[in-house]
Amino acid sequence: MPRSSSLNWQDRLFRWACLGFALLILGLVAALAVELAWSSRLALRAFGFSFLWTQVWDPVREVFGALPFIYGTLVTSAIALLIAVPFGLGTAIFLAELAPPRISEIIGFLVELLAAIPSVIYGLVGLFVVVPWVRSVASPSVDAVLGWLPVFQGSPYGVGIFTAGLILAVMIVPFVTTVSREVLLTVPRSQREAALALGATHWETIWTTILPYARSGIIGSIFLALARALGETMAVTMVVGNRPEIHPSIFDPGYTMAAVLANEFAEATSNLYLGALIEIGLVLFGITIVVNGVARLLLYRLHDTSAVHV
Amino acid sequence: MLKLNEMKRLGFLALTAVMLFAPEASARIMLVNGAGATFPYPIYSKWFSEYAKRDGSINFNYQSIGSGGGIKQLQAGTVDFGASDAPMKESEMADAKGKVFHFPSVMGGVVVTYNLPGAPKLNFSQANLSAIFMGKIKRWNNPMLAKDNPGVNLPDQPIAVVHRSDGSGTTYVFTDFLSNISKEWKSKVGTGKSVNWPVGLGGKGNEGVTGLVKQTPYSIGYVELGYATENKLPYGRVESKEGQFVDCTAQTVSRAAAGAVASMPEDFRVSIVNSPGADAYPIATFTWLLVYEKQESREVGQAIIDFLHWALTDGQAYAERLGYAPLPAEVVQMEKRAIAKIQLP
Repeated sequence: MPRSSSLNWQDRLFRWACLGFALLILGLVAALAVELAWSSRLALRAFGFSFLWTQVWDPVREVFGALPFIYGTLVTSAIALLIAVPFGLGTAIFLAELAPPRISEIIGFLVELLAAIPSVIYGLVGLFVVVPWVRSVASPSVDAVLGWLPVFQGSPYGVGIFTAGLILAVMIVPFVTTVSREVLLTVPRSQREAALALGATHWETIWTTILPYARSGIIGSIFLALARALGETMAVTMVVGNRPEIHPSIFDPGYTMAAVLANEFAEATSNLYLGALIEIGLVLFGITIVVNGVARLLLYRLHDTSAVHV
Repeated sequence: MLKLNEMKRLGFLALTAVMLFAPEASARIMLVNGAGATFPYPIYSKWFSEYAKRDGSINFNYQSIGSGGGIKQLQAGTVDFGASDAPMKESEMADAKGKVFHFPSVMGGVVVTYNLPGAPKLNFSQANLSAIFMGKIKRWNNPMLAKDNPGVNLPDQPIAVVHRSDGSGTTYVFTDFLSNISKEWKSKVGTGKSVNWPVGLGGKGNEGVTGLVKQTPYSIGYVELGYATENKLPYGRVESKEGQFVDCTAQTVSRAAAGAVASMPEDFRVSIVNSPGADAYPIATFTWLLVYEKQESREVGQAIIDFLHWALTDGQAYAERLGYAPLPAEVVQMEKRAIAKIQLP
């Protein structure tokens, strides 16, 4: 009797402690949102919702609009995902399903190493290697074939939205690969054996059985990578061109929300200017929440459909 | 297992001992805290380390968090002195806890660098420079540019303008100069640490601008003199107020201040761009140390006064080597009179 009551007491303590930690995280997010909104109140009042769709960013005259930054953030992240998902997922499938264990181990280690490289190194490599390549090879050759589309018109700079997306892609591949590989490895042996027993080829087993089974985990890894791309600062600001304008071509210079914060926050003195920068932080926060929300929704939907199929 | 525990305990004891005795040791060394501009950081850190060798009882601690941050911390009273690349505005002065003195500590020049085959030494007239950064002169072989550069083969290529993307004192000086020489620049763009650039790409920091200029053929940008000489970047002569093309050196930058002495206000909050004097380099600036008139602590106030005297005299010898320009003697004399006005409790 005394023993069980002491267990009860410990159980309850544990329960409350865990609840406390969980609430603390919730409180932290809420405090972050409130603090961002409160600190940006001057800009919120001065520009209202037009902050979201006006394009002028003039610190001298204190006219601020965030659209070029929102556009740049979304487009660079989208380009990064378009490149990183096929590469990252392909690598994950290779590591989990096809490669001999030893090679898988080595390549897996190298991919994880990519995630450990500081972003300023990516920025430098971008500036000194990727930028000249984009300027002299990628941009002119894409322009030659697809230049009739405004999106692919060449530009003489080398820095720009596409270059930033490319660097981001390399930076987020490890997120897609590492998480997806772990998920693929959890697919039960019986699933593969069943598919093979039904006469499926190796390719068909992966495509029809393993990938669908691991679908929600893979999508989770992609959204983790997207969150990383949305928030990346240093590497992007070194190669994106830092020009707060919206151009139709992906080879033209642009700007992102995280980059303008990193660039201008330290020397912003007036209260309205600071408020506008913090409001950019608020918008970035909002976009991250929306992206995560969409990810959740997608996952729920997938679970539903797979349940129906099974 | 026991051994490990014992070792941990010993370590813990040692740590406690350090924590107990450390305040004792640091009590004898007085700490003077400052924060602000990044542009003078190399010379400030040199000064503070040299000064500590002379007077071991005082330790200056300087955080180069940017001029804006330095002003904010000075206003809040969390530092003993601030530092800024641009003089404080009236509104910023009003938010401070008392009257703030500005002391020019050293001078800097901003040079126009470019990426052209053969790296020729170019001449930039004031009108051409503002037209290039305004986006009006678009190609290198523009006749206006060719006129100032006889004998130089200027290529038939578009000019790629590069500017700083981060807020910086360098941008402040450069746009201050452009506002001074061009009405159009003043009305359309203006002066600031970040501005709405009519054309061009942004690079973060001097190294970002340099990287972009080096990477982009036919580009043009601006960086601090010290950074340009250290990295052996080509840079052009700029037309002075009196119409001569002046190369940027420590001497011509110092001369810009000497030219401004006649009109120097008592609080030293003055722009010295485009100042008179035939060989005064026109894109020059002071950088300022910000000190409260009424000091809260006698010891800290005295330490700041002693340091200022040293920095303005012996300290100036370090300027040229680190890419800055020394203050002219006239300015130092004026400042010494101002230092005498600092009040100790």
